[in-house]
Amino acid sequence: MITELGHFALILGVMVAIVQMTLPAWGAYKRDTRLMAIAEPAALSQLTLLTFAFLSLMHAYVTSDFSVANVATNSHSTKPLLYKISGVWGNHEGSMLLWVLILAIFGAAVALFGRNLPATLRANVLSVQASIAVAFGLFILLTSNPFERLDPAPFDGRGLNPILQDPALSFHPPFLYMGYVGFSMAFSFAIGALLEGRTDAAWARWVRPWTLLAWMCLTIGIAMGSWWAYYELGWGGWWFWDPVENASFMPWLAGTALLHSALVMEKRDALKVWTVLLAILTFSLSLMGTFLVRSGVLSSVHAFAVDPERGVFVLAIMVLFTGGGLALFAYRARELRQGGIFAPISREGSLVLNNILLTTACATVLVGTLYPLALESATGEKISVGAPYFNMTFGPLMLPLLLALPFGPFLAWKRGDAYAAAQRLFVAVLAAIAVVAIGYAVTKPGPWLAPFGIALGVWVMAGAISELLFRAKAGSASFDEVARRLRNLPRSVYGTALAHFGVGMMVIGIIATSAYQTERVLLMKEGASLDVAGYDVTFNGAHAAKGPNYTETIGNFSVRYDGEPVTILQPSKRLYDAPPQPTTEAGIYNAWTGDLYLVLGDEQASGGWVVRAYFHPFVRFIWIGTLVMFFAGAISLSDRRLRVGAPQRARRVPAAVPAE
Amino acid sequence: MMRFFRQAVLLVVAAVALISPALAVQPDEILPDAAMEQRARGISAGLRCLVCQNQSIDDSDAPLARDLRLLVRERLQAGDSDAQVRDFLVARYGEFVLLKPPFSWSTALLWVAPLLILLGAVTWIWRTVFSPVRATVGASSVEDLSTAEREALEKLMRDRD
Repeated sequence: MITELGHFALILGVMVAIVQMTLPAWGAYKRDTRLMAIAEPAALSQLTLLTFAFLSLMHAYVTSDFSVANVATNSHSTKPLLYKISGVWGNHEGSMLLWVLILAIFGAAVALFGRNLPATLRANVLSVQASIAVAFGLFILLTSNPFERLDPAPFDGRGLNPILQDPALSFHPPFLYMGYVGFSMAFSFAIGALLEGRTDAAWARWVRPWTLLAWMCLTIGIAMGSWWAYYELGWGGWWFWDPVENASFMPWLAGTALLHSALVMEKRDALKVWTVLLAILTFSLSLMGTFLVRSGVLSSVHAFAVDPERGVFVLAIMVLFTGGGLALFAYRARELRQGGIFAPISREGSLVLNNILLTTACATVLVGTLYPLALESATGEKISVGAPYFNMTFGPLMLPLLLALPFGPFLAWKRGDAYAAAQRLFVAVLAAIAVVAIGYAVTKPGPWLAPFGIALGVWVMAGAISELLFRAKAGSASFDEVARRLRNLPRSVYGTALAHFGVGMMVIGIIATSAYQTERVLLMKEGASLDVAGYDVTFNGAHAAKGPNYTETIGNFSVRYDGEPVTILQPSKRLYDAPPQPTTEAGIYNAWTGDLYLVLGDEQASGGWVVRAYFHPFVRFIWIGTLVMFFAGAISLSDRRLRVGAPQRARRVPAAVPAE
Repeated sequence: MMRFFRQAVLLVVAAVALISPALAVQPDEILPDAAMEQRARGISAGLRCLVCQNQSIDDSDAPLARDLRLLVRERLQAGDSDAQVRDFLVARYGEFVLLKPPFSWSTALLWVAPLLILLGAVTWIWRTVFSPVRATVGASSVEDLSTAEREALEKLMRDRD
């Protein structure tokens, strides 16, 4: 019964969205306040209905109602509660329902917090949000209904793939979707601005916090997936340039560019056309990610052709919104006049460089991801575009970005002084040079480029600290004065510096673990020991154990360093009951210099076990860096200026640019 | 990372076979000659496991990947150079086996695209943002105001007096 009510609520939700899509936009066109006023209650009731639909599906999962087809296919009665709940979005239908729920949350947020937006802009934005909801709502109802019943109901479900039964992965999709869907706000505001034929600094102030929030969620979502891959897949890989990863990485790159260009628009009223275009493109890439993942086109062009219903539907949605958005952009963009002018060497100029490099990197990932598909459908020729391609093209684009990054915040708006900026970064330059020298001394017969890579990370981190210290006049003012100034710096300044610091940490983690990881693969009998990166690992044997919904074999290893016992590691191999499938649980010891990573392989007929031991130096810097970026975003979001000032157009002399 | 998750979502049951965790190189495969083993690993990392999704044979525990790893080592021990080993596998399985597609007519666009995009972006930005024409238009003038805004402005100016 609750399931049917959920289904009904979803249908009603889509109908409300149809109303919200049409009437307020028409009202904005006709300047009819009564029609525009429909948007707010519509957005709120849409949220209520979709929340109900989502909770009713969750109810079916929690109570293990196997008469619901979706639950029977993806859940199992013995599964722990956490994974029953995360199972709701661990499948196609449920995850699409989560998608539209998050969309409704963002829509309701505009309705609630956007009361001081210009009435027509608000009505248009809510209408555009609703049109996305209608498209995806119909997609769910027509091709992917999660509320379908089974008759007769099976005795038990088929279970969730055990490799997905993991805390980090449970919350990976919601964060990812908050990122994807959050960029719809930027899209809706861009379309709203184009419909109005005007954008101004207030527009950018409104868009930026939403973009920042979406970007934070996407950052943490991608990082969670990567962290999971690192400890779950059994060899410490954390990024594979897989098309599905690229599908989430492209909106991230475009969104990062958007954050920076919106900054220029907010502060200097420049780059308007570009920012609006970028807002449209960022969401289009989110839609494309959804298409690539949902249509099956990635596994093969043929799989897509065999069962095209869903794929064609999502493709149609993508073409409609991307094409429609770009067409409107082409038609109206000329009316968005550019504002402030600036010299190439300036804060704006550095942000333009950031945008050029990030969008080029994004386009490169796009080309690499789609090229094999395009080539196969055009000529039938099959090629693989894998990690080596992306490393060769993406890496060189990041190099100038990271080199230039610390300069940006030191350049003045309009016209900057590169020489003065370089002087202020003197200490950071010294730090980087010192790291190169130490790197060569310590790792002597190592990869010759790696110390430079590490130094690049240090350069970015030191640059971020230098910025804070410079702003606090460290070196020229008294200690108390510096402390006072540090306290009074706006939070957005800390946000910027901290986010850049996180980027530097990530670079160090990536370079160090890629260049210096060590690996041993051995057949070990009980009592044998191996040596990896100075750790002495002794195998004490393996024993069987039973978990809630799996059986496992646990290996026992004592780890010593310099003869001193360090820890006991217990990597295991699990076999899940439903579906019957093996997983590995690595044993990881985390020291500040890096991770010792042990994996138990198969028992051999000749006696002994296959054991893999790895040392991943500084690998955690990758995820600590992304966490730092996430919190940096949160700090920036809590800045008074964004919190209070965002909707307040009146605080500025209207720098508005008219529709003409 | 998410590849496994998404596959599962996509192919639900069909994918189960693909999703077992990777436990690639086995101890019995490792060559006694460390330098040669190093070369084998390097080559393996660039070869696609043909039955997997976007995994190299070095990362995959599929039986085919093991066969290919052994084949690579066999060729190396027979005295082949790295390039000869790759050519041998391309002759057998086609260019699909290479994770880094070689430069050819059909991949030319793939390889030059990043450079073209970069040049295009720089040119476009330079022309729209820094050109002298923009500088004059940028100093946006009173003529740009709509009638309503002009009235509002005039009203403001009157009120000040």
